[in-house]
Amino acid sequence: MSTLVVLPILFPLIGVVINAFLGKRLGEKVVGALATLMCSAAFVVALMLFSQVSVSKEHAIHAEFGTWIGVGKLNVPFGFLVDSLSSALMLIITGVGALIHLYSIGYIHGDPRANRYFVYLNLFVASMLVLVMGSNYLLMFVGWELVGLCSYLLIGFWFDKVKNAEAARKAFVVNRIGDVGFILGIMLIFVTFGTLNYHDIFAVVGDHKTAALALAGDPVAPAVLSAITLLLFIGAMGKSAQLPLFVWLPDAMAGPTPASALIHAATMVTAGIYMIVRSNALFHVAADTSNFVALIGALTAFIAGSIALRQFDIKKVLAYSTVSQLGFMIAAAGLGAYTASIFHLMTHAFFKALLFLAAGSVIHGMEHYSHAHHSAQHIDPQDMRNMGGLRGKMPVTFWAFIIGGLSLAGLPPFSGFWSKDEIIVAALHNPLVFALLACTAVFTAFYTGRQLVMVFFGSARSKDASHAEESGMAMKLPLIVLSVLALIGGGLNLPGSMWLEHWLEPVVGVHEGGFNLPIAALFSALALVALAAAWVMYRDGKRDTSLTPQLSSVSSFLNKAWQIDALYRAAIIMPFYALSSFLARVFDLGGIDGAVNGIGTLTKGIAAALRPLQSGFVRSYGLVMIVGVVALMAWLVINTR
Amino acid sequence: MIPSDYLPIGVMILLATGLACLVVLISILFGPRRRAKNPVKIASYESGMTAIGLGQRRFPVRFYLVAVLFILFDIEIVFFYPWAVAFRELGWPGFVSMLSFIGILFVGFIWVWKKGALEWETMDK
Amino acid sequence: MQDLMLILPPLIVFLGATALLLVDLKIADDRKETVAWIAMFLLVGALIAAVMLLYFNRTGDVLYGFSNMILTDRYAALLDIVFALIGIGVFLLTLRYNRVHQIMRGEFFVLTLFSIGGMMLMAHAANLVTIFVALEMFSIPLYVLCGVARPRLDSEESSLKYFLLGAFASGFLVYGIALMYGATGTLDIATMLKQVERGQAPLLLVIGAGLMLVGLGFKVAAVPFHMWTPDVYDGAPTTVTAFMTTATKAAGFAALVRVFLLGPGAFVGSLVSAIAILAALTMIFGNLFALAQRSVKRMLAYSSIAHAGYLLAGIASVANIGQSANAVIFYLATYAATSLAAFGVLSEIGSMNRDEDHGLERYTGLAKRNPALAWVMALALFSLMGMPLTAGFTGKYLLFQSAVSSGLNWLALLGVITSVISAFYYLRVIVHMFMKEDATVAANNEQYYVSKPSLVMMTLASVAVVALGLLPTLLLNMFA
Repeated sequence: MSTLVVLPILFPLIGVVINAFLGKRLGEKVVGALATLMCSAAFVVALMLFSQVSVSKEHAIHAEFGTWIGVGKLNVPFGFLVDSLSSALMLIITGVGALIHLYSIGYIHGDPRANRYFVYLNLFVASMLVLVMGSNYLLMFVGWELVGLCSYLLIGFWFDKVKNAEAARKAFVVNRIGDVGFILGIMLIFVTFGTLNYHDIFAVVGDHKTAALALAGDPVAPAVLSAITLLLFIGAMGKSAQLPLFVWLPDAMAGPTPASALIHAATMVTAGIYMIVRSNALFHVAADTSNFVALIGALTAFIAGSIALRQFDIKKVLAYSTVSQLGFMIAAAGLGAYTASIFHLMTHAFFKALLFLAAGSVIHGMEHYSHAHHSAQHIDPQDMRNMGGLRGKMPVTFWAFIIGGLSLAGLPPFSGFWSKDEIIVAALHNPLVFALLACTAVFTAFYTGRQLVMVFFGSARSKDASHAEESGMAMKLPLIVLSVLALIGGGLNLPGSMWLEHWLEPVVGVHEGGFNLPIAALFSALALVALAAAWVMYRDGKRDTSLTPQLSSVSSFLNKAWQIDALYRAAIIMPFYALSSFLARVFDLGGIDGAVNGIGTLTKGIAAALRPLQSGFVRSYGLVMIVGVVALMAWLVINTR
Repeated sequence: MIPSDYLPIGVMILLATGLACLVVLISILFGPRRRAKNPVKIASYESGMTAIGLGQRRFPVRFYLVAVLFILFDIEIVFFYPWAVAFRELGWPGFVSMLSFIGILFVGFIWVWKKGALEWETMDK
Repeated sequence: MQDLMLILPPLIVFLGATALLLVDLKIADDRKETVAWIAMFLLVGALIAAVMLLYFNRTGDVLYGFSNMILTDRYAALLDIVFALIGIGVFLLTLRYNRVHQIMRGEFFVLTLFSIGGMMLMAHAANLVTIFVALEMFSIPLYVLCGVARPRLDSEESSLKYFLLGAFASGFLVYGIALMYGATGTLDIATMLKQVERGQAPLLLVIGAGLMLVGLGFKVAAVPFHMWTPDVYDGAPTTVTAFMTTATKAAGFAALVRVFLLGPGAFVGSLVSAIAILAALTMIFGNLFALAQRSVKRMLAYSSIAHAGYLLAGIASVANIGQSANAVIFYLATYAATSLAAFGVLSEIGSMNRDEDHGLERYTGLAKRNPALAWVMALALFSLMGMPLTAGFTGKYLLFQSAVSSGLNWLALLGVITSVISAFYYLRVIVHMFMKEDATVAANNEQYYVSKPSLVMMTLASVAVVALGLLPTLLLNMFA
């Protein structure tokens, strides 16, 4: 049984090794097929593990493969934990992952670095599995960093474009800020609990369920738990793109679209939510942090949602929408509605991956014309202002986008409706969070409607749009499968059955409030109204030119993402540059370089002075030896008693 | 320790000195007379080299090669003596050990032979 | 019969080498690669035998054989493995290097095998006479091997220098052994240890051990008995140098561990302090001299002196003898892997240029010409420097840790400082390889390929360097 546990990680890793070393020889087709196959194999094993978990008595499989680090008190095993939470996420990662691998075969075809792309993708799947399957915080951190690396590599996949390289760097640096918080949190956990294994930590916390814990007679101050959870949350802020660290995610769209779908929508960015839900025992007893988490989540949802209203890049809209939806999940986790959070995570994985893949298909279709005609004037194939009327040309993509969009907008019976509704119901006892989330829900429906209308309805606004073509089978198939999942995904936790809630009970424990018919009806109606408003406003495709001055300044404020990048630039980056150039010129060049070079010159001088000793004559070598022997003998004679 | 213990040593010294004297005497009596005044002819003979002269002169290496090989295979005889003396006590294990020792030397001998180290004419190569 | 089983790895090597001597006679000059492959095959056999020794003696007992002349324990088996792997690695390099440099001779492999056998025997030594015999067994073939590139003058010169000074050092060693016998009436290390533990350490014994230290210090290139090292390492063919830096060092330290760390030497305060001083001198002078070198090969020769200094620090750490011995053996293994990787690059460069010039300019712009070689070299240099995540760091960490736990804080500190100094000359090579362009060398010269066997060896060595850096427990668990 325990060997089965490593297989999901092993399969993609095999793909990585084979494709990395033999990729050139195998050719793009074989590489893509192999990568997809390995990910699918991982999915099959994940299914087997899932069924094993469901029949096992404690709803969990533990597997340990020896000690990884054993230094003093610190003992970290290579341990894996497959329980209801991680097995569910494993299915999402490998299942959606496999679909996206398949889609990528069509999408990346013809790229000179296609082999490398699949290596990164497989590596990502393996890393993400390490993240969710590890049985301790350190292993989670390893996965956490590895997925960060993969994200960096894939954002900067076309690194020959400066913009992409900068986006990759930005993602890396911003994530690093969060990671520092995370690792500090892990250290504090170790200091407090003396272990990093989930099982041992939660056993201690779980027994007490109060803020005032006593560990081996040593009372743990509530402040310590607040600090731990806060530090962990800083990690989640970075990875799951929460305020104030969300700025990297919109830029991350520079990477290949399928990679964005997998990493920056469906899986990696939800690692923060996974971490919070995994640590629910800790967050549960740290009420202050939980409130803070809920507030940050709701604020992020609101701000990102408002920004998405005024974006023109098809992927940017989806990116801000992702940030906004992640805010929903984080808010739910902060409110203690862990199941709702995971539920939304899963449905979001379906419909957002679907939307991204559909958007990729749109972009792919848009590029047809300029590729075929080598047209000199390049228009941006991602700008929605150049699209329009794609409904008839790309029917499969259109329907996929409609299903994904309506799911995102929260219309029944699409999956997004059910999960979002649960979160809003959970927010009922927190007015501020509720208000923010309610506004966001309306925003969401509006920008989704706007996007649908601008891309697919009306008439074509450019040559590229009028000559767009539907994508091939490898890209269509995942769209269809994901459409079905986005349509029926709500069935995971339908009111009445509440399957997911029962499934996750061993991990998150608590029961939350369920379905609330008036709320559901109200929000469905609101979503419909917002969609209709979008239809009315953008049907003719000329809406943007006729804004009043006040409105247009708001519009540009939203378009520039609340000027947050500019704010960071002025408040952090510029002073930092000033400081570093001061340090470089005065401190480094003058002080440190002087000292270091001085030592270097000094040692070189000494060495040059010693050089004549090495004369090359055996007799002088022998003499040196004799001198050494005499000195040694003298030392021994003098020092022995 | 009593003086009689030293008797064998005394006998040994006497015998050695006597033998040396005997050899010299025989060579004086029966050897060729130094009638010729040729300096080359009366010079002492050492491996084909003149005994007196500068140290830094070239000399054929083949003499030394043969000498080294001779010593190498000569020394092995030294190991036979103790073995031969204790032959009965050592028994079969001793015999096998000695056999493997000779075997190793024999391999070396074959190698030296095949490599042409014993061919006087082609040795310089 | 059990006696023979205990020294199965050296036995396989010796018997195989003897047979190979005859087989070699029947192999034509242009097919001497066959001899190399047979030699590697023999070493794989010895490797398997050593693994079996390790496996069948899982409790780590010290088993004695041949009337207590030899022993087998974990260290011995591990060192056997190290020697066999070094041999295989060097032979993989010879396939191209020796052919290009016209030293593809059957004797090369036979002599190397004899030397490896002697080194293995050294690892199994339980008696001072065994130590002396083993020392001569591995040294004499080395004297010849240094001069194998006849008629290249510096090769002949290195051979003669090594032989003369080596004979000189052996004299000290034998004299030391004789004095130790005179003081204790035994040549058996364990018996001697018992006497010393009872507090019987007369001056005669200390002087004898000091003289042994001279003889062994010569072999491992400890200052001030190191003077031969740069000339010999520089003059010898690169494949021989690769063998000497790794294997001779390991064999010398095997003896030092037996006689000093695990033997009577550890109980004599004046000896321990003398070793600590030697270690300090070796670190300082090795690193300082290395700074002034313009030739990468010579720089690595001095660097090997510096590493002897770090290792001696382990020999001087007598507070927790088991821990220190583990650290020394671990360091030897990591140093062997690292050094083989570096010399792999050197031998390939030597083959490409068809000469033995290893000036820095030969390495300028290597990253462009030959990225694989440049990366291997960079990794090896980082490991030699002691960069974290490489084997070199773990090794140094363990050594300095045992030095600190023995109260030799000053020595550990000196080790860290000299390691920092070493970064100057290691980084210089990396800068030349990666950050400078060489306009004089044509990029598409057909000689600038890397031979497959060398590449395999360098890859394996690099993997070992990284693996031992990331997961040192892989190897350390074998000590426990």
